[in-house]
Amino acid sequence: MKLLKLVPADTNIQFINKRLIAFVFSGFLVLGSIGLFLGQGLNLGIDFLGGILIEARTDGPADIGQLRSDLGGLGLGEISLQEFGSPVDVLIRIQKQEGGEAAQTAAIEAVKAELGKRIVEYRRTEFVGPTVGAELREAAIYAVVSAILAMLLYIWFRFEWQFGLGAVLALGHDVITTIGLFALFQLEFNLATVAAILTIAGYSINDTVVVYDRVRENMRRYKTMPYETLFNNAINQTLSRTVVTSVTTLLALLALYAFGGEVIRGLSIALIWGVLIGTYSSISLAVPFLLYVRPDRGDISAAGGNATEAAE
Amino acid sequence: MIHIANWTKVMIVMICALGVIYAAPNFFERGLFSDVSAGLPGKQMNLGLDLRGGAHLLMQVDSDVIVKDRLGDMMSETRGILRGAKVRYHGLAIAGQTIVFRLADLATIDAIKDELEAQYQPGNFAALGAVEPEVIVEVGDNGSFTLRLSEQGITDRVGNAVEQIIKIMSARIDPTGTLEPVIQRQGRDRVLLQVPGVSDAEVEKIKKRLKTQAKMTFHMLDQTNSIEAALKGRVPAGSMLLPSDELGSDGKPIRYLVQKRVRVHGERLIDAQPSFDEGSRPVVSFRFDTIGGQKFGKVTANNVGRRLAIVLDNKVISAPRIQSPILGGAGIITGSFTVEQTKDLSLLLRAGALPAPVTFLEERSVGPGLGRDSIESGKIASAIGMTLVIIFMFVFYGLFGLFANIALFFNIALIAGMLSVLQATLTLPGIAGIVLTIGMAVDANVLIFERIREEVRNGRTPISAIDAGYRRAMTTIIDANVTTLIAAILLYAFGTGPIKGFAVTLSIGLITSMFTAIMVTRLLIVVWLRRTRPQALPI
Repeated sequence: MKLLKLVPADTNIQFINKRLIAFVFSGFLVLGSIGLFLGQGLNLGIDFLGGILIEARTDGPADIGQLRSDLGGLGLGEISLQEFGSPVDVLIRIQKQEGGEAAQTAAIEAVKAELGKRIVEYRRTEFVGPTVGAELREAAIYAVVSAILAMLLYIWFRFEWQFGLGAVLALGHDVITTIGLFALFQLEFNLATVAAILTIAGYSINDTVVVYDRVRENMRRYKTMPYETLFNNAINQTLSRTVVTSVTTLLALLALYAFGGEVIRGLSIALIWGVLIGTYSSISLAVPFLLYVRPDRGDISAAGGNATEAAE
Repeated sequence: MIHIANWTKVMIVMICALGVIYAAPNFFERGLFSDVSAGLPGKQMNLGLDLRGGAHLLMQVDSDVIVKDRLGDMMSETRGILRGAKVRYHGLAIAGQTIVFRLADLATIDAIKDELEAQYQPGNFAALGAVEPEVIVEVGDNGSFTLRLSEQGITDRVGNAVEQIIKIMSARIDPTGTLEPVIQRQGRDRVLLQVPGVSDAEVEKIKKRLKTQAKMTFHMLDQTNSIEAALKGRVPAGSMLLPSDELGSDGKPIRYLVQKRVRVHGERLIDAQPSFDEGSRPVVSFRFDTIGGQKFGKVTANNVGRRLAIVLDNKVISAPRIQSPILGGAGIITGSFTVEQTKDLSLLLRAGALPAPVTFLEERSVGPGLGRDSIESGKIASAIGMTLVIIFMFVFYGLFGLFANIALFFNIALIAGMLSVLQATLTLPGIAGIVLTIGMAVDANVLIFERIREEVRNGRTPISAIDAGYRRAMTTIIDANVTTLIAAILLYAFGTGPIKGFAVTLSIGLITSMFTAIMVTRLLIVVWLRRTRPQALPI
């Protein structure tokens, strides 16, 4: 049987020579993301901002305009309505109410009373009061920061510091551009997004580690090979694996995006982006970066991480 | 690497078999094996509220009210001690979080201090091992006393109140025992309630029942002073203006002037039932305990012809005229009630008053319809994702891809089995975690197979190529998975609810995928090698 090969065995793409293109492109992405984050800001969901979210099924195709003007009359501040997955499903978002937690409960009752018989089923009612919103925001920041630090420590422990720095650079790039994506398209940024960002961080490091492992192995084996060639070989040798794993993960995620339902669509988008950007950054940023910090070959065999060597 | 000890083989097969056995019940109707004891196969995965439908409500107990109530009690206790000791004192009052007073005769200071400290010594309070007394007694100049609630004292009081609230809430939510509410204390003064499978209307009803403190007191209406004067702001000392549910001619709620003195406390009620009066109007009939009945009898006997005020949470719900003494300890509450309201009120009265009111901090309710849809779409997404990955792996790696696919099957079985055994909660993001794992699980095999391909190209024999492929890919696999595992564990530590579910399936998936990719495919390949002794590898 003739097997499919996405990446031919003799592939030798000059990634290292083209590194400046990637650096400029990534610099543009990162600066753009920061600009969008500061300028446009994130579309924070009720998890972090506090507020009310109601998903309701109407008795016929929802008349969003009518609903908006009816609910607008309640004086609850900013209300956003959108069709959610099907013409009979509406997602109603109401800003955090002044007057503490009790005011949120009262607002939900007012909205449900106003909607009355037009709604055949309340599919979801969520509200987050100001106290919990602030707590969740804090927990999310702790989670992301401590996860990145913990991964940095692990890489530091397993590799030389140069690798650790490169991995975290690529990781930071992936996390920042993911946040940029959410700012650009104003996708709702909520707890699930934080989960996605942490998973992306894990995937990004995972991908970088695979290529770095190969770099380290080649550094031990070819003591005199110039760094440019050595790094380029490592990328090309692992390219097939990189592509295959990205494809299988993307296949699974695309299924999730298409069939997983409206509620986790945001999570799927973030993960799909994360796989793409994570794959790109380990090849085009993490490895070429090593050229500028030049890990010491003498240290490699002396320091830890010689499991592969010992096994030979 | 191509030699696997016999006991290892047995272990691999056993683990896979256990995974399948423990996962299997999930493919049957829900609840079919509900009476299986812990640890045995038969347990089904625990579905989160976002999949079953249900309500998640986080509440905050108003601990200020508890402290204020306690200070009120302490003042009466202190007054009792001072009166009992027959000493002269002045200025007894609540000041912030303390009780203050001053003794007129300085010679009595020591005796009073001893008596107060004895009243509030640690052993007096239920908390086991509490070293700090509940109340700290400080004596200042000129016989001035300050009684301060200690941190420990406040914490214990609040804790007791929260426990009591949890008991009362269970009685209120589930009087018939058909729901399966889980009510837990969270932190110092929070209560988390989770009720599976309730509709939106039921959630709103539950919220109303929880929001009501249901503190009922019986007072006399103040009929000696003019209500008009009180409404203009001249409320006599000893009385208070309270609103009611009835609307006056001006469309505003009618207000009553009520004596502050509580004649009978609602705590004395032992039963309350919805019923109807002679005019077939819905009423609540109630019964006091012996002491309450005696008090109520005395009050009604002394006040025939005057009006009683039945006050619930600072609102007059009924102000009937006392026609004749009520001596049997039972009575009815009339008012403008609907049948539904009398049912609710009697339920609240039977369950008892909350020691402090609660506010809702967070609500996440999912209707049963959305839950069902989420399960359905989760199943479809997993099935399609898995099919795509399986086809891809087979097209790409042929026979070896088939081995990886078998490993993937056992991987899913192990994840499902682990979730069932641990009774971990599967949430919608958790399903996303499983789908993601399906995609990432093959990574370890991809690493190994790519390495084998490379070794074959370098001219190694099949056996040596497979051996080298596994050995060299191993460190990479471990490094790569540990980093993702770190992210998943931190996500579990900081995440809440559904996100924790994502972290759980992701972590379990990482561990099981390492096992299946390394052990299961290796076993399959080794067996295949022995059987066929191939000259070239079909990879």
